[in-house]
Amino acid sequence: MSILGTRVVRIEDPRFLKGEGTYIANLEVPGAVHLTFVRSQMAHAKILNIDASEALSMPGIKAVWTSADVDLAPAPPANPMMNKAFTYPFVVTEVARFVGDIVAIVVSDTKTQGVDAAETVIVDYDPLPVVVDIDQAFRNEVLLHPNAGTNVVITFAAEKPDIFADCEVVVDLTIENQRVAPAPMEVRACVAQWDGQRLTQWACSQGAHGARDGIAQALGLEGSQVRVITPDVGGGFGAKSGVYAEEILVGWAARKLGQPVRWTESRTENMLSMGHGRAQRQRTKMGGTKDGKITAYRIELLQDAGAYAKAGAILPYMTRLMAGGVYDIPHVQFESHSVVTNTTPTVAYRGAGRPEATAAIERTIDEFARVCGIDPAEIRKKNFLKPDVFPLTTVMGAKYDSGEYEAALDKALTAAGYTQLREEQQRRRASGDPIQLGIGIASYVETTNPMGSGDYGAVEIKADGGAVIRTGSSSHGQGHHTAWAMLVSEATGIPMDKIEFHFGDTDDVERGGGTGGSRSLQVGGSAVKLATDAVIEKARERVADLLEAAVEDIVIDTVRGAFHVAGSPAPARTWAEIMTGIEVPLEAEVDYVPEGSTFPFGTHVCVVEVDTETGSVAVVRHIACDDAGTIINPLIVDGQVHGGIAQGVAQALLEVVAFDPDGNPITSNFADYGIISAAELPSFERVPMETPTPRNPLGAKGIGEAGTIGATPAVHNAVVDAVSHLGVTHIDMPCTSINVWNAIQIATAK
Amino acid sequence: MNEIYTLKINGTEHQVKDAWVGESLLYVLRERLGLPGAKGACEQGECGSCTVFLDGSAVCSCLVLAASATESDIATVEGLQPDGSLTDVQQAFIDEGAVQCGFCTPGLVMAVHHLLDENPSPSELEVKEALSGNICRCTGYGRIFAAVDKVIADRNK
Repeated sequence: MSILGTRVVRIEDPRFLKGEGTYIANLEVPGAVHLTFVRSQMAHAKILNIDASEALSMPGIKAVWTSADVDLAPAPPANPMMNKAFTYPFVVTEVARFVGDIVAIVVSDTKTQGVDAAETVIVDYDPLPVVVDIDQAFRNEVLLHPNAGTNVVITFAAEKPDIFADCEVVVDLTIENQRVAPAPMEVRACVAQWDGQRLTQWACSQGAHGARDGIAQALGLEGSQVRVITPDVGGGFGAKSGVYAEEILVGWAARKLGQPVRWTESRTENMLSMGHGRAQRQRTKMGGTKDGKITAYRIELLQDAGAYAKAGAILPYMTRLMAGGVYDIPHVQFESHSVVTNTTPTVAYRGAGRPEATAAIERTIDEFARVCGIDPAEIRKKNFLKPDVFPLTTVMGAKYDSGEYEAALDKALTAAGYTQLREEQQRRRASGDPIQLGIGIASYVETTNPMGSGDYGAVEIKADGGAVIRTGSSSHGQGHHTAWAMLVSEATGIPMDKIEFHFGDTDDVERGGGTGGSRSLQVGGSAVKLATDAVIEKARERVADLLEAAVEDIVIDTVRGAFHVAGSPAPARTWAEIMTGIEVPLEAEVDYVPEGSTFPFGTHVCVVEVDTETGSVAVVRHIACDDAGTIINPLIVDGQVHGGIAQGVAQALLEVVAFDPDGNPITSNFADYGIISAAELPSFERVPMETPTPRNPLGAKGIGEAGTIGATPAVHNAVVDAVSHLGVTHIDMPCTSINVWNAIQIATAK
Repeated sequence: MNEIYTLKINGTEHQVKDAWVGESLLYVLRERLGLPGAKGACEQGECGSCTVFLDGSAVCSCLVLAASATESDIATVEGLQPDGSLTDVQQAFIDEGAVQCGFCTPGLVMAVHHLLDENPSPSELEVKEALSGNICRCTGYGRIFAAVDKVIADRNK
């Protein structure tokens, strides 16, 4: 029986459970000095002077550097499509642009010495006008990068013919897709060592090869002069993609000093200066017939890039691609402007532009349904793309592979008991119960491995008949070791405990694309699967020689992990026997490029109770039907979906990164930031569905981000639904008690 | 001010030398005594990643002054099973898929042990309350609840 598709427990878990994970802060590096960054305390200010004299007199302080000491060219924008004037100095040269911008660097023997000394560095600021709001930034009254002549980093605009002229019903909404913090449990940290010719850097990253390229480019080194190792990484959620200024400065310092250098940030530093996610203000408009057929949809949005042109500025590209969602809408228009503000730069965060697309259209279709007087489930069915249209190139240019949108909705509704829930809702409304029931639906399609890129995989057979996997993908909690070993074990018959897993070391693994965009299994896994097949082919040739038989007659018995002539199980040769006396390695490597991106889909149904007297919201149930193609390990998929839903619930109900009008962050630790805990979440109900994709040999689509994409608007819609009979038509996220209570007061005062 | 003091951890006495007396227990465990199981993730008692037992109570070791714990019995994740095997709680985390990136995991394991030692049959609400001080960003907690349920069921067999 195949182990693929079965619930195999994770190989990597024991070391984590015993506290033996090898995170960066656990690495022992004799002789390492520590970096501490002095960060701007003003959101927008000229730096007139930096006085480090007291710091330099303190014990253990080796140096205090400012931009004058750091001989690195400013970094270009994160994407070549962006306005090239938006460069990023690693250390502030003249103007600090957000609270957290690096102003100076303290080098110390111990970390505490560095933190103490950093607090004595006196920075003279000359305040400049602060821009926190994106609409204000878009007006270009105050420019953050005057040489750019604009605050707009990149625009995606379409022609604007009037697509709403023939509509019988038109609705519009302004939707705040608020800024949130990725907040992985392991903060950023790194260690670097320079041996005179070559830099070795241990990085807390979602991809060693991408980090290596970023470090090498910034430091003016060849790729071969940099080795990056990612040991265990404590969560990333998109925000540990690429490489941060701090990491480049640690590598630079190691080269400058010729001794090991390390840095581990505090949680507050993480909240100030690791990239944030989302941060869009969306203005949507949907029109159609009175009986609920949508004919036109337009979304205009401003993306908050934060102070610099980092990855966040490009997120609208993905929002645009997925703007039309699961619906057959003849006319879809999109326009976006990514603008800089005096806030922390934004980056990719779980879904990275796709959750924003789903949130916009799923909130808007509920409003359209309300005005048409049609049930939210019915209106979705009326407008879904039908299963017979795939493969489909959408109005926005996405190439959808497969989809059964109505089937997913029906499964979720049945599991939820939708009819009974609506009846219960009616009872509570009729009785004036202060605790009202809300039912929210979100149907989504998203794109995984969105750039359609490939990845590297290699399999080597060891002398003892075990195997070594090398993958260009990168695990930071996703259970790659287990899933990849299942693929190899299934095909070879080599037991999983004899399969080593190598990743995240650029000297050990030739190439790699890292993890992001829910791409790992479908490309990294497929590459390993194909490399395994290639190794088996080579083994068959060897066995044919050993048994003096024709290659085409040699078959593998995966129960025994042995090869024999078809029809005669003996004599046979096990993997270990094949390796005996052979000096040429038995290995294969594959650079797999898929036929394209894949498009998982599904429907989430959320049930909330809202206390109409206090505005407080409790998630009672959350039912998710997610179709991510063929499932290799349902235990791992469960974990990915659950975690994704939790982050979706968190955005809908609790989390927001906030700044005051002067650009001071007011959510810079876990006490102030509404990070979600066990107390706020129910257990989630998953409804199985598997539609294999034809686009890779595993039939797998990505599942890492779907939970967040489906959950956020389902929860959001549920809260609005709970109080819609009171006249509430929209509530800004997060739907905290105060926001919900205010919405009820405003609606009922009318 | 530096002093020498002794901490009793997992039944063994450890001398702490040349240490500033203002250091947290988390710092001393990790940086001075080579016990990195407890993890630092917020350093203000909000996330529970650094949970250890102090005289049988679950505490955030980042908020405990190490030098004030000289009279206490301290237990860390490393001491749960000195022979390297797994406790029923740890095994249940594996069986129910309650581990992802693993960073918060040792703290959660300690919190679950503490909960079930104090209260062998907690209600759902009591489980949530007991774990609400341990932030996990990966799992969504559902698989952790399942692991707790499994331990309760197995212990009550």
